[in-house]
Amino acid sequence: MQQTMDQFQVGDQIRITKLELDGVMRRRLLDLGFVPGVIVTVFQKSPLGDPIAYQVFQTIIALRKEESSLIYGEKINEEVCIHE
Amino acid sequence: MNKRIALAGNPNTGKSTLFNLLTGLKQHTGNWPGKTVAHAEGELTTEKATYQIIDLPGTYSLYSNSEDEEVARNYIIFEKPALTLVVLDATSIERNLNLALQVMEMTSQVIVCINLIDEARRKGIEIDAKKMSEQLGVPVILLSAREKIGIIQLLKTIDNMMERKITTKPFQIAYSDEIEQKIKQLEPHIKKVFGDDLPTRWIALRLLDNDQSLFDELKSYLGQDKQTSIEKVIYSNKERSYGA
Repeated sequence: MQQTMDQFQVGDQIRITKLELDGVMRRRLLDLGFVPGVIVTVFQKSPLGDPIAYQVFQTIIALRKEESSLIYGEKINEEVCIHE
Repeated sequence: MNKRIALAGNPNTGKSTLFNLLTGLKQHTGNWPGKTVAHAEGELTTEKATYQIIDLPGTYSLYSNSEDEEVARNYIIFEKPALTLVVLDATSIERNLNLALQVMEMTSQVIVCINLIDEARRKGIEIDAKKMSEQLGVPVILLSAREKIGIIQLLKTIDNMMERKITTKPFQIAYSDEIEQKIKQLEPHIKKVFGDDLPTRWIALRLLDNDQSLFDELKSYLGQDKQTSIEKVIYSNKERSYGA
């Protein structure tokens, strides 16, 4: 089921499906690895739930809800994880 | 003869370690003119020649318009180094290739250096440099700047590239039909303004992306008298994209 990135739980593995952002911010997120098809892990939530840290490839990147609520993904089973 | 070599790469790929290894103590450091971005250049002497090496800021991309990325982009496009070394982290190739592909759209004189190969081997990552080189169309060299692995091969490849003994055919990303068509429309106009001075396909893509910071750079590159010609190209592009 497709949800925005801010709605998943810590430990969830998510396949990114689409980015509803434009311009410089879209470009920036793509450059950091938030590309449709890529699998990311929800790494940690801050005490108030925003920002949230994601593991993209081997790097941890924290996003605020402003951005994460515009990135869509779907939860996948642990077994098909291709990135550690 | 232009003997400048630019070093590009993501942050934390060991780019500066490689820079220090290649240039030793023959370094000048400071800032890029008018920017708060560190600039370092040094000299490299091989069996064949002495080259000037410029360490570009470490970036994930050359598009997002931070000051670092602008410096790196402007250097490759406007200063036209004879050769660009793109340093990749062997343990994170997928992420790092983004930058390599961007540089390969800007210039054909590229060597891909896959650094931290010792660390990758420890993690059980095997990299087939030959196959990568075939697919990317440019030389790919496995090295570890820290352990001084692969350096001799890198120096030989630099000499051979500089002497044009190696011809490259960088892999070009094919975009959707719609974008490719627009690139085809724009390219002749861009060629009229810049000739073979700047990579036309790359500029066409930047225009389609509405990259304002690049427009400004292009204008100052052309100088006062020719500014209107690039404005015309930009304007006709905007008309085409919004008018329909």
